Amino acid sequence: MVEEEGFRRYVAHIILWIGIAIVAFPVYIAFVASTQDNALIANGQMSLLPGGHFFEVYYQTIFVGTSGSTREPVGNMMLNSLVMALLIAVGKIAISIISAYAIVYFRFPFRMPIFWIIFITLMLPVEVRIYPTYKIVADLHMLDSYAGLSLPLIASATATLLFRQFFMTVPDELLEASRIDGAGPLRFFWDTLLPLSRTNMAALFVILFILGWNQYLWPLLITTRDDMQTIQVGIRKMITTTDALTEWPIVMATAVLAMLPPVFVVVVMQKLFVRGLVETEK
Amino acid sequence: MQKQAIFQSRLLPYALVAPQLAIVLIFFYWPALQAVIQSFLLQDAFGLSTTFVWFENYIELFKDVAYFEAIVRTFFFSFAIAVSSLSFALLLAVMADKPLRGSMLYRTLLIWPYAVAPPVVGVLWIFMLHPSLGVLSRYLRNMGIDWNPLLDGDQAAALIILAAAWKQISYNFLFFLAGLQAIPKSVFEAAAIDGARPMRRFWTVTFPLLSPTIFFLLVVNIVYAFFDTFGIIDTMTRGGPGTSTVTLVYKVYSDGLLGGNLGSSAAQSVILMVMVIVLTGIQFRFVERKVTY
Repeated sequence: MVEEEGFRRYVAHIILWIGIAIVAFPVYIAFVASTQDNALIANGQMSLLPGGHFFEVYYQTIFVGTSGSTREPVGNMMLNSLVMALLIAVGKIAISIISAYAIVYFRFPFRMPIFWIIFITLMLPVEVRIYPTYKIVADLHMLDSYAGLSLPLIASATATLLFRQFFMTVPDELLEASRIDGAGPLRFFWDTLLPLSRTNMAALFVILFILGWNQYLWPLLITTRDDMQTIQVGIRKMITTTDALTEWPIVMATAVLAMLPPVFVVVVMQKLFVRGLVETEK
Repeated sequence: MQKQAIFQSRLLPYALVAPQLAIVLIFFYWPALQAVIQSFLLQDAFGLSTTFVWFENYIELFKDVAYFEAIVRTFFFSFAIAVSSLSFALLLAVMADKPLRGSMLYRTLLIWPYAVAPPVVGVLWIFMLHPSLGVLSRYLRNMGIDWNPLLDGDQAAALIILAAAWKQISYNFLFFLAGLQAIPKSVFEAAAIDGARPMRRFWTVTFPLLSPTIFFLLVVNIVYAFFDTFGIIDTMTRGGPGTSTVTLVYKVYSDGLLGGNLGSSAAQSVILMVMVIVLTGIQFRFVERKVTY
């Protein structure tokens, strides 16, 4: 190990703390603003220390919403975001793991064309095909629905590729063994492969949950009803009112609430998060 | 690569791929195909009739100054975001890679912004740098800068780049740190024995060994700047003032929203698709080597 002299080590600590401060400062400001009086903020007189309106602001944000622009309680928006994120994460994992299973453990006509059809979707994010996708979702009467929010975002190959890679590393002996035990394909999948895939599924779930919770452009397009808004869409609508005063404490409380679930997931499930991130990007 | 041990079944594999295939065909291929077809059509003002016009929509686009500006702007944004975020993240990762006390804590405290959604990033930064109430704007004004990103296009662009780079620090940091930790420590020891000072060790040993990671991150950051900045732009500036923060994705969105030219909007989508395919192709072509240093 190359020894670091005391001075250099000292510098490293300082640089890291500066980095942490830069990264945390905007969030600190948001939190501070969410505990203060709107009039003070609007005058540019905001204090850099937390104020005394914490409970009042968060109560109003979660259960009532802003009094001007969107009257939708943010608690409801969070529920919509949660349902969407869970549907995307669970849905994608479920359809991907079974199709990867078919592609790895079976030989059947059109196997490779099917693999390629799925693989190509890896390349194109929903942003480049938003309006045609919007039209299809509208034709299927799925606007303002959870299905419309989540299905188009499930259509991608990352998870399939990941499971395919993982299945390739599973030793063939396991299959031989369960075949001797008289297990069929579904039984092998359920009793052997699924338990082995647990960590991969969890890592993938963490990443997909964050990505799902943070979706913006798609929900913005296909939700028109206020009660179907996700929190990311709701927060933008709160700062649209140019004439009326923006209710900044509520906007900032919403920002804090929008960050809480995904940041919590990253911090608490850090190992799975890092693993998922590295594996989905490979 | 194929498995040797497999199952025999005629129908089961099709049943297993059916759900994904259905979703991909309905929500991916069908709309993508629609976009391509649409881009060759011209609709009259009332949407009553359409004519096949070959590449006219594309030619019109490339003649359009606003579109050309959006292309240049998007690439400029991408470059600025990638360079600023990558260099800062690399500095932090090099520091965190040292054998320091509390290095796990540092990692935790630096990676969480990955989880902050782009529109929230936009809200956080516009609030801090809002011309009339932002806490940082006061200082800028005291320094004699006439700060108003809601009116000044260059300042708006700077604000977008700053916010977008901020969000990307944690992602880049994480991958840089992983890249650094994958370099065998003996390489550094050898360089140190040869008498290389730390700065020199960085540029002659670490940096070249890290180049696959840097290249990979460069591509990822460009793709990020193309697409994920939409939420940041939409909450901060809405493409304004004027069109000074309109990127390619923002233009597809806003042109389509006005309900105007469907053919043109589709042609823009197709051009974006081609760009992403090229970027992803580059990534696949070169990043494979990342695993085998």
